[in-house]
Amino acid sequence: MIRIVKRANMPKTKSAGIRLLAVLLALLTSAVLIILALSLNPLDVYIALFKGAFGSAYRIREVVENATVLTIASLGIAIAFKMQFWNIGGEGQICMGAFFASFLALNFPELPKLLLLTLMVLAGMLGGGLWAFIPAYLRAKWKTNETIITLMMNYIALKWLTYLQYGPWKDPSALGFPKIANFSDNAILPEVFGVHIGWIFALILVVLVNIFLNHSKKGYEIAVLGESENTALYAGINIKRTIITAIFISGALCGLTGMIQASAVNNTLSVEISKGIGFTAIITTWLGFLKPGFILVVSTLFAALVQGGSFIQTAVGIPQAVAELLQGLILFFVLGCEFFIRYKIVLGKPFLSDRRGIKE
Amino acid sequence: MTSNVVSFLAAAIVAGTPLLFATLGEIMTEKVGNLNLGVEGMMLMGAVAGFYVGLKTASPLLALLAAMACGAVGALIYAVLTVSLRANQVVAGLTLTTFGTGFAGFMGQSLVGEIAPVTIKTFFQPVIIPLLGRIPFIGEILFQQDLFVYFGYLTAILLGIYLYKTRIGLNLRAIGENPAAADAASVNITLYKYAHILLGGALCGLGGAYLSLVYVPAWAENITAGRGWIAVALVIFAAWNPFKAIVGAFLFGGLDIIGFRIQGTGFAVSQYFLDMLPYLVTMAVLIIVSMKKSQEKAPPKALSVPYFREDR
Repeated sequence: MIRIVKRANMPKTKSAGIRLLAVLLALLTSAVLIILALSLNPLDVYIALFKGAFGSAYRIREVVENATVLTIASLGIAIAFKMQFWNIGGEGQICMGAFFASFLALNFPELPKLLLLTLMVLAGMLGGGLWAFIPAYLRAKWKTNETIITLMMNYIALKWLTYLQYGPWKDPSALGFPKIANFSDNAILPEVFGVHIGWIFALILVVLVNIFLNHSKKGYEIAVLGESENTALYAGINIKRTIITAIFISGALCGLTGMIQASAVNNTLSVEISKGIGFTAIITTWLGFLKPGFILVVSTLFAALVQGGSFIQTAVGIPQAVAELLQGLILFFVLGCEFFIRYKIVLGKPFLSDRRGIKE
Repeated sequence: MTSNVVSFLAAAIVAGTPLLFATLGEIMTEKVGNLNLGVEGMMLMGAVAGFYVGLKTASPLLALLAAMACGAVGALIYAVLTVSLRANQVVAGLTLTTFGTGFAGFMGQSLVGEIAPVTIKTFFQPVIIPLLGRIPFIGEILFQQDLFVYFGYLTAILLGIYLYKTRIGLNLRAIGENPAAADAASVNITLYKYAHILLGGALCGLGGAYLSLVYVPAWAENITAGRGWIAVALVIFAAWNPFKAIVGAFLFGGLDIIGFRIQGTGFAVSQYFLDMLPYLVTMAVLIIVSMKKSQEKAPPKALSVPYFREDR
């Protein structure tokens, strides 16, 4: 008879090994797919992927830029997920953060640079935070399912940006081309070592969010609430306030991501501001076990994967979607392998003592 | 004026049909206790597989089978992860959407711009049902449609009977409400979950195939354009009831095309605001349902709660 028994804690090296094996299996599966569907040498594709990500100084800069926004958005998502609040509205919060920041950039282009940028950062965080506040309030008040609400709000935010870009904010000097005017120099984040300053924000935020989640009272309350609402209730935690605070911060970080995208990367607002960062961030957050340090590493790897993906389109002539497919496969395998870390399969007759998996 | 209304409502049914299939698929999945957020991915997988096979074989039947199979394969990955390997349902579903989007982009690369073959187009020409189709107004809207639409009505009705009037349907609902009790009554939970998650995926695949083979009918990247997510919301709108899903899907089909229609009449509302309508209505419905806390409209009690016998 086959039974499944909960494992006692597995040594860290062994669990890391299992996860590494999962990633390798994912690469192997994609290799088979590449051979079957494209009749290409998968090694060539992977080498091209790697070259596309790290092959030149320019590409490395691109990876760092993408990793920056992905990290910040993932940190935001991690705070929500820690509370078991399924914020899949990162995309919309990024859009609204960018919208708020762009409002300042377009209307007060002559403000001193430092002042304008500070205000834009705050506005971006406010925009994302307010957009996230709505589902947080609904969940706190009526337990409305946040998954669907945040998701619907993504589309609404996107349609709003489309409206602005094709309507009132359309740049009249763009000769009828539907685009919003470029920001003034004062509204563009400065560069440090050739990459916009956002990467320093990201590193600081990794530390701050780590302290917030693991060493602050609010962070502890979020973790307790995530484990069990009843426990939180008994512990005297103000559930409504905790939900709203945590999700506001979560949205604010996504909003900051939008501000950085608009200011430093696109130098303007557009419907393509987010490019799916909000969704990719969900995956990187989960792969990073909701831990800021791991999130930084995973986000960087994913940014490299995406950058490499856009390169192989031109280099090897295969669709960019391969990168997405690969992301999906890697996550499937990693999700699946968690089972073997948490449980073990036992053959033989059950003993009374380990019927509930208590033995060990 | 009436002819305008009739043509609008008839078009709403067509626009609602992919939503209907996906919604029915997700109802089946959720009734057995699993929240699968991979609907969008499974629809895309079905859309690309159906279109590819349709293009190569020109056989509508094979195309639909391929779409169902591909949707079910997507659901199988999800089922292995969540039922057997006990992974988080939300994350597994979202990953399935990423994977499905990548899969469709990958397979569809060479299909962009291709048009569905003539045999398939003619096969899905509107057919007027004798007698019913001659009823003024109602008949013109409901019964002058293509075969796929009729299949949608039929699937919804059959699923309703299956869920509420059969022994298997009763067991299935029991698993969604109280898996421990169902287990004690020696219902094979794993088998039930796998079977219905897979069937649900097959229906989502069909919904996708309707888009690529009949609705558009050509291949375009990201052909579903978020319809899978609307279907997830529609399940809640329909309160997990297949009969209400018919109404909901066609209502949302109408919302989907109303922006385009109103533009045509020169009515001064920005199209972009009208495009927000389906999402706003879904939110409103969700909020109202949660405010009322009505039992009848509540989700299955064990939805997205994993069940492991040893954990009891």
